Amino acid sequence: MFKILKKEYLADNIILMDIEAPKVAKSCYPGQFVIVKTDEKGERIPLTICDYDREAGSVTIVFQTLGSSTQKMAAYNEGDSFRDFSGPLGCKSELCTESREELQKKKILFVAGGVGTAPVYPQVKWMKENGYDVDCVIGARNKDLIILEDAMKEYAKNVYVATDDGSYGFKGNVNDKIKDLVQNEGKEYNLVIAIGPVIMMKFVSLLTKELGIPTIVSMNPIMVDGTGMCGACRLTVGGEVKFACVDGPEFDGHLVNFDESIKRQQMYKSEEGRAILKQREGDTHKNGGCGCGGDE
Amino acid sequence: MDVLKKVPVREQDPKVRAANFEEVCLGYNIEEAREEASRCLKCKNAKCIAGCPVSIDIPGFIREVEEGNIEEASKVIGKYSALPAVCGRVCPQESQCEERCIRGIKGEPVSIGKLERFVADWSREHGIKPEANPNKNGKKVAVIGSGPAGLTCAGDLAKMGYDVTIFEALHEPGGVLVYGIPEFRLPKDTVVKTEIDNVISLGVKIETNVVIGKSTTIEELLTEEGFDAVFIGSGAGLPKFMGIPGENANGVFSANEYLTRSNLMKASRDDYDTPLIASNKVAVIGGGNVAMDAARTALRLGAEVHIVYRRSEEELPARVEEVHHAKEEGIIFDLLANPKEILVDENGWVKGMRCIKMALGEPDESGRRRPVEVEGSEFTLDVDTVIMSLGTSPNPLISSTTPGLETNRWKCIVADEENGMTSKEGVFAGGDAVTGAATVILAMGAGKAAAKGIDEYLSNK
Repeated sequence: MFKILKKEYLADNIILMDIEAPKVAKSCYPGQFVIVKTDEKGERIPLTICDYDREAGSVTIVFQTLGSSTQKMAAYNEGDSFRDFSGPLGCKSELCTESREELQKKKILFVAGGVGTAPVYPQVKWMKENGYDVDCVIGARNKDLIILEDAMKEYAKNVYVATDDGSYGFKGNVNDKIKDLVQNEGKEYNLVIAIGPVIMMKFVSLLTKELGIPTIVSMNPIMVDGTGMCGACRLTVGGEVKFACVDGPEFDGHLVNFDESIKRQQMYKSEEGRAILKQREGDTHKNGGCGCGGDE
Repeated sequence: MDVLKKVPVREQDPKVRAANFEEVCLGYNIEEAREEASRCLKCKNAKCIAGCPVSIDIPGFIREVEEGNIEEASKVIGKYSALPAVCGRVCPQESQCEERCIRGIKGEPVSIGKLERFVADWSREHGIKPEANPNKNGKKVAVIGSGPAGLTCAGDLAKMGYDVTIFEALHEPGGVLVYGIPEFRLPKDTVVKTEIDNVISLGVKIETNVVIGKSTTIEELLTEEGFDAVFIGSGAGLPKFMGIPGENANGVFSANEYLTRSNLMKASRDDYDTPLIASNKVAVIGGGNVAMDAARTALRLGAEVHIVYRRSEEELPARVEEVHHAKEEGIIFDLLANPKEILVDENGWVKGMRCIKMALGEPDESGRRRPVEVEGSEFTLDVDTVIMSLGTSPNPLISSTTPGLETNRWKCIVADEENGMTSKEGVFAGGDAVTGAATVILAMGAGKAAAKGIDEYLSNK
């Protein structure tokens, strides 16, 4: 069992939790993920590692309540435990393996979209702790959905906030802000690392291709085991089939087939919808309905 | 009774069982078991023993069954096998012990597998557990993977007095016994759980959610964590795909994914959270036991199911009993056919499969006749789900994170067949991680051999 040491709401439906998991905390790096399973009947949910404390033996996760399983997770409180917490999984960020010489040449812009700000955070922190300055754009639909801004400011040289509706910071999406930085403010970057919804990563990659900036994205497909034994998370990168859980989750954004990934993410949409309904309506969902028995 | 024939075993009616996940074969009761046991000639120089990869004293336990001493029979088997309730169910006895049975020359061989199963089931129902060795030798061994190879190796080492810890990546121990082989062949809550509990009662510790190569490495186990030896029984869990167009469409699964969702995550049950898409018409590509398991699972979830296999029925690698059961339940066999392309609709979902007919040509290196395409024979199969069951290979996670561990060109770990020793000091391996995908009993045999090898290595150290 893996105890929840801390629970904090970062936004209306975005929750941060510190989990007691010494084995994961000891060996994890930015870029990697864990799989969480709430209880015996729960499903295995992949979540990118947001922070870790090797001495305290804890790992931080951040998740948004989207489907029935994340709602189930959200109902857990400090002191409760998750049944399973497996990891670290996937490859660590390239930044953690490159030489000082290589890293010194990099002028990095991190682009974080919504809850994707969480997995960007440990990478920015890692860079600062190793002596490198980076910039970061945080984007969200509105002010209430911006998370970890202060935490990010501690480690990034410049943090730019963009909201679609202009309720806070720059008005526009992250792409508008990237263009603004490069074209109006004369910023020069030679690497973009973008993490957020797939659709955002797709459009950032399209823009950076135009701008000629190499780009890394962190893919978040459907996963089951997370160890390479099933291929549920497969995607096409540069024409080759890759398993995100072992080959990634980070890939060259200019080579990923985003459209295919977006379609594959939809695979269980109706099943997820049914699961949410069941949770909200309890037993009335099955026995009730319209009475035609079509869902039996 | 006709001594030339096996005492028939009771089974669920095909029409009934096609709609449930209960075990198909109901097994013998004590009267049937004793009657079948009486068919055994108790050969002095019993050939059946040599057909068993773990060399169980078959006439020895059968004699006890015939006399009604089931607890004694259980002790005889227990000397050789840690998982009799599993092996009695899933071993391909027709090509192992039963193939060598003298009774089989004139009539049907003795039903050794069903008798072994009876003994194991009876022992479980009567609460008989193996006894732990009270004499510990103070040496620690780590076992990677809790499938048949790891469980057997761990059980044997514990009996010898070693302090054994199994590390398992998934959240439940059992390997293919829990995620791969379905309930209707191998019940989980009764049979598999009891066999694992028996290994634990020998003093073996099992740590789940530990991914060796990520959470920790073999190097760290040997240096920082104080293990004297390591056994790798990590299996061959990496699925193969065909590389044809449309293979990443929604509705295309590896058999591993489909079976993991259904068996391990219990996706077909309403009270579990993991989803599995509902299918109307399913094509399973391949002809092995895993293909049969996936097909029969999809059938039980309400679909019309086709097995698409590029050779003919004679070459089907699956057990004869499984093919027979699949046919009885209504699985349709599209033999001598091979997929060329998966057809995808505008939303990214499977809408059909373009196949080509095959003919058998000259035998290839494996001795099987090579299938060749029949020109101009393409046809379309209307399906909404495709399950790829083309075999698996070892996951490179462990070999790639263990310097000095030699692998061959199929990414299998190179290990001595006699004692499981690898190229790395103190590291042993066995089962599918070494051989590539094979059988449960061969993995157990390898786990057994490695336990002996580890004992010899640590005793001489």
